[in-house]
Amino acid sequence: MMDRLKQMNPVFLVLLLLFVAIAILSPYFLQPTGYMNFLKRAAPIAILAVGQLYVINSGGFDLSAGALVTLTVIGSSILLDGEASATWWVILAMLGVGVTVGTVNALVVSWLRVPSIIATLGMMITLSGIALTWSGGAPRGYLPENFRFFGRFLIKDLPLIKILPVAVIVMIVVCALLWWLMHRTNYGKRLIAMGDNPKAALLAGVPLTQTRIVAFAMSSISAVIAGILLGGFAGVSTDVGVGLELQAITAAVIGGAQLLGGRGTVGATIAGALVLQAMFTLLNILGFPKPVRDVVQGLILISAVVIAGYRRRRSGG
Amino acid sequence: MINKFTATALTALVVALPAQAQNFDDPAEFAKQKDMLGATANGPAETPWLQHYGDVMADTSSFKKDGPHTICFSNAGVNNPWRVVGWNTMQAEVEQHDAIADFVVTDAEGSDDKQIADIEDLLAGGTCDALIVSPNTTAALTPAVEKACEQLPVIVFDRGVNTDCPVTFIKPVGGYGFGIQSGEFIAANAPEGSDILMLRILPGVDVLETRYSAAKRILEDAGLNIVGAEFTDGDRAKTKAIVEDYIQRGNQLGAVWMDAGATSVAAIEAFEDMGLDVPIVTGEDQQDFLQKWQEIGMNTIAPTYPTYQWRTPILAALKVLDGEAIPGPEWNLPQPAITNDNLADFVNSAMPPLHYAACGCEGMPGYPERWGGK
Repeated sequence: MMDRLKQMNPVFLVLLLLFVAIAILSPYFLQPTGYMNFLKRAAPIAILAVGQLYVINSGGFDLSAGALVTLTVIGSSILLDGEASATWWVILAMLGVGVTVGTVNALVVSWLRVPSIIATLGMMITLSGIALTWSGGAPRGYLPENFRFFGRFLIKDLPLIKILPVAVIVMIVVCALLWWLMHRTNYGKRLIAMGDNPKAALLAGVPLTQTRIVAFAMSSISAVIAGILLGGFAGVSTDVGVGLELQAITAAVIGGAQLLGGRGTVGATIAGALVLQAMFTLLNILGFPKPVRDVVQGLILISAVVIAGYRRRRSGG
Repeated sequence: MINKFTATALTALVVALPAQAQNFDDPAEFAKQKDMLGATANGPAETPWLQHYGDVMADTSSFKKDGPHTICFSNAGVNNPWRVVGWNTMQAEVEQHDAIADFVVTDAEGSDDKQIADIEDLLAGGTCDALIVSPNTTAALTPAVEKACEQLPVIVFDRGVNTDCPVTFIKPVGGYGFGIQSGEFIAANAPEGSDILMLRILPGVDVLETRYSAAKRILEDAGLNIVGAEFTDGDRAKTKAIVEDYIQRGNQLGAVWMDAGATSVAAIEAFEDMGLDVPIVTGEDQQDFLQKWQEIGMNTIAPTYPTYQWRTPILAALKVLDGEAIPGPEWNLPQPAITNDNLADFVNSAMPPLHYAACGCEGMPGYPERWGGK
């Protein structure tokens, strides 16, 4: 029993403690509207973090995810301009943009041998520039109600949980698919083998470029989905994605993912995203302003890496 | 004792420094704008862009010139929806006048340096009969405007300059007036002693700072509890998150005061999505806010910074070149507030969400398509 507890990822314990603290400070969170709104706000960052985990497990970083979120929101609003009938093809087009961005990222890393942190930094700047040029710097266009459905709509009058935001359903479905691909397919095994030791993986017959393309594409697709949720949540905004890539990386690291690859699970990464959001919520209830939250996020990131390294050395893993 | 003295001296210094730079909380200007809001403007009410307060006129007989004229316009930028609506309105105004042979426009794209160069280019071109300037920032553009005044009649509008050399400076009542209108509404309608959240776009812009200082003064005097003043960068997502944060902290918000209306709908949605009654959320004359207001039946107010002020400089320039006296050195236009009583007059679902309803543009050439309407 004690052994099993010791082996359990500490992120779940931290999450439990944070929930208890929040519930004591603000009983509102024990009501369905309280915890469902919490999950709704955590949904985009959880999806982004799981997408990011694919790239982290492959041994890289995807810094372009936040800029892609912004581009999704701005691009959708300009293409749609309030036209509800166009929603579906615009969503498909944006997912297509996601696949393209991910593929380009992966090819730059694989073929041109550019470290992913630089390749995706370049992509981040490029995408921000495109979004800024396209929008002229100010929000234009409009997102129709059926586009905003995913990020905003609440299913009401349910038994037990009373309300269920559509964003939470999207989070569950997307994360379940990404969990399956990572932990129940050969692709997932190849990805982790590649992140752990690329040379050994190559010798064992893992197609590195192809594996990397899928990993970066998953990250970019998750960014597009997060963008659709965030655009739906509040409408058009020109800096909606700023800093989200760092939150996603932080969430994965809190969940115990090893930077430079080879170790990280979807479940723990989702828990890491919830820990991050719970921490923000707690600081907010305590009345701390936004800049303090940024400081705390930085401190958590460093502590998580330190603690994970310490645990790994002790366990000899 | 010494500590107390030092503290007082320091406080005095801190208070004095910004006051010297630029005073955004000037009781005299506050009182002046409050009087204007209560006064009746001169001129016919159906053309508010030609109305003005007071009787001081500027003599323009020395500028009289035979037409047709070349009118030049140095624009600070078309970088936000308010300026887009205004710019469309100004172009429509120009089309209505045969006396304007040529309308030469430069767009500074939000840069002081470019606008200074633009004005120099327009002067060097030598074809302008009158120059209209919408300055990007006040202090930086003052020397360029002073130089232009030596050569031709200059009309400044929207943001001001620190010189009285232009023939006139056209603007609505002003930022204090905006803050007074929304502040007084909240003071009269919010539950007594309730929590008020003040949301602002960004610091340091005079017309926004004065809106804030005027509203804050009124809310504090009314004994309301201002729980926070936050910057949203005009970002809807940030606005919605901030309002949700304040609700989650357990504040009983009686009103959300906004210094501009672009994110009012996001603030309203925060209450809706948390399953709460929507309290007073002030806004501006953007269609998305007005339509939401009508749809859910709110009790609120929308002060305006009317875009019809973009018509006035063209009309003023033509009068000046005809030698006709115009209100000057300041021309204050009326600044209406939209309330439940006249809301229906401004709502128009055929217009785009970020269209500013107080454009005075209905009936102009190309309406409504030119403004993005259907």
